[in-house]
Amino acid sequence: MAPINFQVNGKQRSVDVSPDTPLLWVLRDTLGLTGTKFGCGMSLCGSCTVHLDGEAIRSCVTPVSAVAGKRVTTIEGLSADRSHPLQQAWIAEDVPQCGYCQSGQIMAAAALLVKRPKPSDAEIDEAMSGSLCRCGAYQRIRRAIHRAAASTKPAPPRSTPKATGGAR
Amino acid sequence: MSNLAVSRRDFLKTGVAGSAALVVGFYWPDGSAAQQQEVPRPNPFNAWIRIDQAGRVTLVLAKSEMGQGVMTALPMILAEELEVDWSAVHVEQALTKPEWYGDQGTGGSSSVRTSWLPLRRAGAAAREMLIAAAAETWEVGKDTCYAEKGAVIHGPRKRSLSYGELVEKASKLPVPDFTKVTLKNPDSFHIVGKASPRIEAGAKVDGSAIFGLDVRVPGMLYAVVARCPTFGGKVVRYDAARAKAISGVRHVVEIEAVGPGTHTAGGVAVVADTTALALQGRRALEIEWDHGPHANESSESLRQQFEALTQKPGKAIRSDGDADAALAGATKKTEAVYELPFLAHATMEPMNCTVDVRADRAEVWAPAQGPNWVRDMVARIAGLPPKSVEVHTTLMGGGFGRRYQSDFAVEAAQISKAVGKPIQVVWTREDDMQHDFYRPASFHRLSATLDPGGKPLAWKHRVSSTSIRVFWDPPDRVKPEQSEVGGSSQMPYAIPNVRVEYAPADSGVPRAWWRSVEHSIGAFVVESFLDELAAAAGADPVEFRLGLLAEPRKIPNLLWPNDKPLETERLKGVLQLATEKAAWGKPLARGRARWAACHYSFNTYVAQVAEVSVGKGGSVRIHRVVCAVDCGRVINPGGVKAQMESGIVYGLTAALKGAITIEKGAAQQSNFHDYPMLRMNEMPVIEVHLVASQEAPTGVGEPGTPPIAPAVTNAIFAATRKRIRRLPIRAEDLA
Repeated sequence: MAPINFQVNGKQRSVDVSPDTPLLWVLRDTLGLTGTKFGCGMSLCGSCTVHLDGEAIRSCVTPVSAVAGKRVTTIEGLSADRSHPLQQAWIAEDVPQCGYCQSGQIMAAAALLVKRPKPSDAEIDEAMSGSLCRCGAYQRIRRAIHRAAASTKPAPPRSTPKATGGAR
Repeated sequence: MSNLAVSRRDFLKTGVAGSAALVVGFYWPDGSAAQQQEVPRPNPFNAWIRIDQAGRVTLVLAKSEMGQGVMTALPMILAEELEVDWSAVHVEQALTKPEWYGDQGTGGSSSVRTSWLPLRRAGAAAREMLIAAAAETWEVGKDTCYAEKGAVIHGPRKRSLSYGELVEKASKLPVPDFTKVTLKNPDSFHIVGKASPRIEAGAKVDGSAIFGLDVRVPGMLYAVVARCPTFGGKVVRYDAARAKAISGVRHVVEIEAVGPGTHTAGGVAVVADTTALALQGRRALEIEWDHGPHANESSESLRQQFEALTQKPGKAIRSDGDADAALAGATKKTEAVYELPFLAHATMEPMNCTVDVRADRAEVWAPAQGPNWVRDMVARIAGLPPKSVEVHTTLMGGGFGRRYQSDFAVEAAQISKAVGKPIQVVWTREDDMQHDFYRPASFHRLSATLDPGGKPLAWKHRVSSTSIRVFWDPPDRVKPEQSEVGGSSQMPYAIPNVRVEYAPADSGVPRAWWRSVEHSIGAFVVESFLDELAAAAGADPVEFRLGLLAEPRKIPNLLWPNDKPLETERLKGVLQLATEKAAWGKPLARGRARWAACHYSFNTYVAQVAEVSVGKGGSVRIHRVVCAVDCGRVINPGGVKAQMESGIVYGLTAALKGAITIEKGAAQQSNFHDYPMLRMNEMPVIEVHLVASQEAPTGVGEPGTPPIAPAVTNAIFAATRKRIRRLPIRAEDLA
């Protein structure tokens, strides 16, 4: 097997695994980035959400071969110090309960805010309904997204690393 | 604030002083006082409180954090009595150490109510020791000194010594008698009662929080287990050749089913360098199964049993007056059958555990609600004394009762012992959903009659279910009804003739405690059938309830006589608060209806008003839920509100979607496509109102769940005149 190369949180990584290995397990077991969570393995719960070139994807059904040469951002790369507006808003609204799904929730929300800096409730429903929270924190997640949207400067350009959760 | 991780405690190396025990009530996971348990009373500077020379305060949590907020609420209690600055406190998870902490089991909505007094006493004892150390240093009387914000102050001369300066001396002083320490006057509380954000929130928004699956131990391997899909089935033979041929698959081992005390399925474990390789290896196994004694069980066969069992009298659980005679003489009766399915817990983090079994000791990293139980079971598997097993409790991605079990730890211990390496057992979602210990399925036959004035005269309720206790307890000691009819038999309304009966059904389906246990069942049936009586009487449902709660009464818990009796006045109080806040009686938007339900569980009173609409084709939409809760003194109002929101969503998922059905002795559902959860787009607005109370604190993790299903189905009746008598709510029942 030829090594597969891609960027994770700004660092170039090379992994020697079977190309059909789900990105989720490469992140967690091979690269030690355990912030991205396993929930269903079938793209049904959103716990494993990461960004691939800025777009939210489900890493549990994405073969690692599909990210070769691309840029992956995980929750660990969203900010260096919990300073992303969504992380701040999540703390301010006391969103997490068990917290297990929150990496995926935040990554889904971060991708939404890049596209829709001031999302409506309907846009939040559409972007976030793929992310399950068994503790039922949806009301607080919605409030936190609105709070983060209100705290950020309007319409950041798409290439801004912070807004995309991109590499740093 | 602290950044939580799996960490070893490093306490001050002072001796354990004071071995006298204090006695507190111990609650089983179903929330009733089962027995009085001796709880040890260690030096608080060993067990609970670490203060370094610089004054950094670390408080120890000896319960499990699964999202319910004990990592914040319990240290708040300790910090209050200790007199420290809450914003500077750090929290660390305790190791499993019964000689210091007694039972660290976390369930039955019991942590705050059982820890309230012991933690206040431990904090107060430490404060008194710090004051004594300062008084000794200054050679002044203790009564001229007081504690404030992490320091002792000598009042007359306004001098102070910080806790960091005092701790070494204080920790060596005699530990005061915990029953005689001076507790703070609640009027002076400045931490307890104020909303505090979750202490570990930061670690939960940047991926650094360590859940069970995030544990990484040097040299560890990952394992998945192929289990027989049929409950009670076992391996006849297997061929591992194809699995072993995969590069990175290290071992394939058979593990035995372990019965009493844990109930693992057994099976064939594939051990590999990564989870993905272990899963690939499992797919390559060829296994022949003996499907065992329950291979013919189905939801339909169970239903036939329930039908038959409720045709005849069951064991009498409650008998007030003579319900049979009153019903025999009635000209008009209301009769109904209610049915509820098995439910899976479906924690977001599937079951898992990491265990390292060595020749002379074992180490365990467990997302466990019952770490003591895990310790004992791993010791049994490893052939070691329990004191040679060290259990680290990790954060957990949900618990809801599922993680009170020890099966995941037993499997990991078996595999680690077999291969001689640290092992992380990973369950997939399918493993988790098909090998759960489910909320029991139940069946209810009810009849009642009204007196000429329209008040209920007789109430008869026969229950049959797949008893939790029959599954777990030795046959010579089992009380089948113990975890089944608590909610049904504590029916709170003033009815002169009441009879509640119970009969267990035979089933091989594993079952255990699911968030709120029997209360999720009892609340739905009692609150729905009472609503049928209100409708039969032509009464407003809230007025009808308030009338039947008007006379102040205390209703004992017949299954747990030591538990607090239900006080009708407090139940009436939450019902009035919820309906007032929901503007009961004011007109709603067209097409919407609202209705109420209330329930008492885990010593806590909750009422909820649900506002719903029913679309064409029977689609149900919940728009708003107004919740009132009386849980005694509130430790962390933010935490209580979050738990009510969470309990409501958990109950809504069950009411709208949840059913595990059985076919050929196996669960038919496997993942979130066929066992769906409430999602963001279906989320109602939830408002929570707290009753101000000076009573001792009571449970909040579970009591939010029971009332929501009947609040919703009663509202559906108000909207459509269709009565929902089986859960989950089905479009076909609304057609």
